[in-house]
Amino acid sequence: MSSLTSSNEAQAPVAARGSSSAPSGSRSTNARARSIQGRSGFWFVLPFAAAFAMFLIWPILSGLWMSFTNQSLTGSGSAFAGFDNYSEALGDAALWQALGNTVIFTLLTVVPLVVLSFVLAYLVYIGLPGQWLWRLSFFAPYLLPVSVAVAIWQWMFQPDFGLFNGLLLRAGFAQIPFLSEASLAMFSVVVVTVWWTLGFNFLLYLSALNNIPDHLYEAASIDGAGPWRRLFSITIPMINRTTVMIIMLQILASLKVFEQIFLLTNGGPNGATRSVLEYIYDVGFTGYRLGYASAISYLFFALIIVISIVQLRVMNRKSA
Amino acid sequence: MSSTGTSTVTSVRPLSKADETRNERNKTLAATVGKNKGVLAVGIIALVIAAALWLVPLFWAILTSLKKESDASNADFAVLPREGLTLESYRAVIAAGDVPIWMMNSFIVSVVVTVLTVAISALAAYGFSRTTFRGRKWLYAVTIASIMVPGQILIVPLFQQMNALRLIDTYPGIILPQIVAPMMVFILKNFFDTVPIELEEAARLDGASRLRTFMTIVLPLSRPILIAVSIFVFIGAWNNFLWPFIVINNPDLLTLPVGLATIRNAFGVQYAQTMASAILAALPLLIVFMLFQRQIVKGFATSGLGGQ
Repeated sequence: MSSLTSSNEAQAPVAARGSSSAPSGSRSTNARARSIQGRSGFWFVLPFAAAFAMFLIWPILSGLWMSFTNQSLTGSGSAFAGFDNYSEALGDAALWQALGNTVIFTLLTVVPLVVLSFVLAYLVYIGLPGQWLWRLSFFAPYLLPVSVAVAIWQWMFQPDFGLFNGLLLRAGFAQIPFLSEASLAMFSVVVVTVWWTLGFNFLLYLSALNNIPDHLYEAASIDGAGPWRRLFSITIPMINRTTVMIIMLQILASLKVFEQIFLLTNGGPNGATRSVLEYIYDVGFTGYRLGYASAISYLFFALIIVISIVQLRVMNRKSA
Repeated sequence: MSSTGTSTVTSVRPLSKADETRNERNKTLAATVGKNKGVLAVGIIALVIAAALWLVPLFWAILTSLKKESDASNADFAVLPREGLTLESYRAVIAAGDVPIWMMNSFIVSVVVTVLTVAISALAAYGFSRTTFRGRKWLYAVTIASIMVPGQILIVPLFQQMNALRLIDTYPGIILPQIVAPMMVFILKNFFDTVPIELEEAARLDGASRLRTFMTIVLPLSRPILIAVSIFVFIGAWNNFLWPFIVINNPDLLTLPVGLATIRNAFGVQYAQTMASAILAALPLLIVFMLFQRQIVKGFATSGLGGQ
């Protein structure tokens, strides 16, 4: 019923004005409409429901089943294995390393992708001419296919005559092994990711900022609030909901990192940048162990659900 | 009825002309209000530096793509071209034929994914918003819950399923798993919930079918949100890497992101050609963005993602 109340609220004033024959308002109109439509609603949902069952629910269930078997990519041996895959996963050092990498990557990307995107959106918002140019600068990378973004950065990181090392060598410094040294590779991946994906959060912030009603600023300046005061007392509180949503979406997106790492470093050197999803891919499609890959998928899925629930709890408490 | 009809039409559009002028006013207001010269100057400088940093990789890629191959990979590094600018690399890449084929594949796949996704999502959202049937609430709850499922963890069972259905290396194999978008159903249902039901009732009393009222009344009112959802779905499908990468082996069926990843290795040290194909691959969406910037930015606001 809650799904219908919002529409009732929205139409209530219209109903009151429109039809004099409906004194009891929108609720009765709604009931009348529903009696007309009968059961036909299912046909609207059917195409989606069929695709949903086929390509989401079924893979979820078959993957879960697979995680309890020894299924391999070559088709041979799908014997029931009980919890063997799961217990193996818990003792798998490579998996723990991949999990550690994923957590580090998440910590290193979430902060700049939230803070920097806000700062840039705010600077654009407070009024420089030529908004389209700034929007284009920061959002354009987000529109690049991942392989384009990676190709460009691989060329910039190139050891001998890529942009960075070319300039460094010219200036008489030693070259920096951006991708081939374990301690640096993760930072390089983070830089590429921030450059590539910042535009999405930037646009979300920009549209939230543009939605703040101007009378709030008017009132504040009449009361003599300076620019910093307005930033912290009006702007930031007003976009609180957007910030909460961006943080949550960003944490989940960073945990699921795969493509740019796969293409940029292939998880190397020595697994120093390998993420959980890349490990799942390696186990399943290079190691042919679909059963084990499924088990890791489900452990990771469980972890993501736990993190989501914790986030929701924390965020709800904050905004309440 | 007709008078209320017109008034509601304007009220359901999330971003009307009035909103736009308000936004414009906001900006000028913010500009005058924020005229603390020192702060503003620092802000401008920071913004210019950041924008420059963000554009450097793109300019470097464009510049390289216009250099001669020998110039680009000359061990004696130079930013500016020594042997002049040339379209040689673009000619070579287009003549080789792969990039145009991949672009065509990406275009076909993305358009079909967008049309199918928006069509089935809009129908379902309408069903969830406006109709009743046994199990509706339950089905909607499952749909919403599934937004949490990270699609990437399903690649293993999906691959097995496509194998069983003999859809590996086919267009349907790339397309079908991408058309399930619970998030889009959610966004569309939220929008349909705000469309006044009276408009449909009038048509219903005139004998129009459910489908007809949906097509002729609800859909036209929902244009902004439909455009926004289509843009999101199209960008997602155009740039999707993981699934096409797994389901396609045939080089003639590769999509642009996947094909380009193979080219990078094949070209080895041919940086000018690699950059030329990267630029070619980036162009379509960049052009679309420049042409439809307003709609895309508006889409962020309209979808409810950008609201406060």
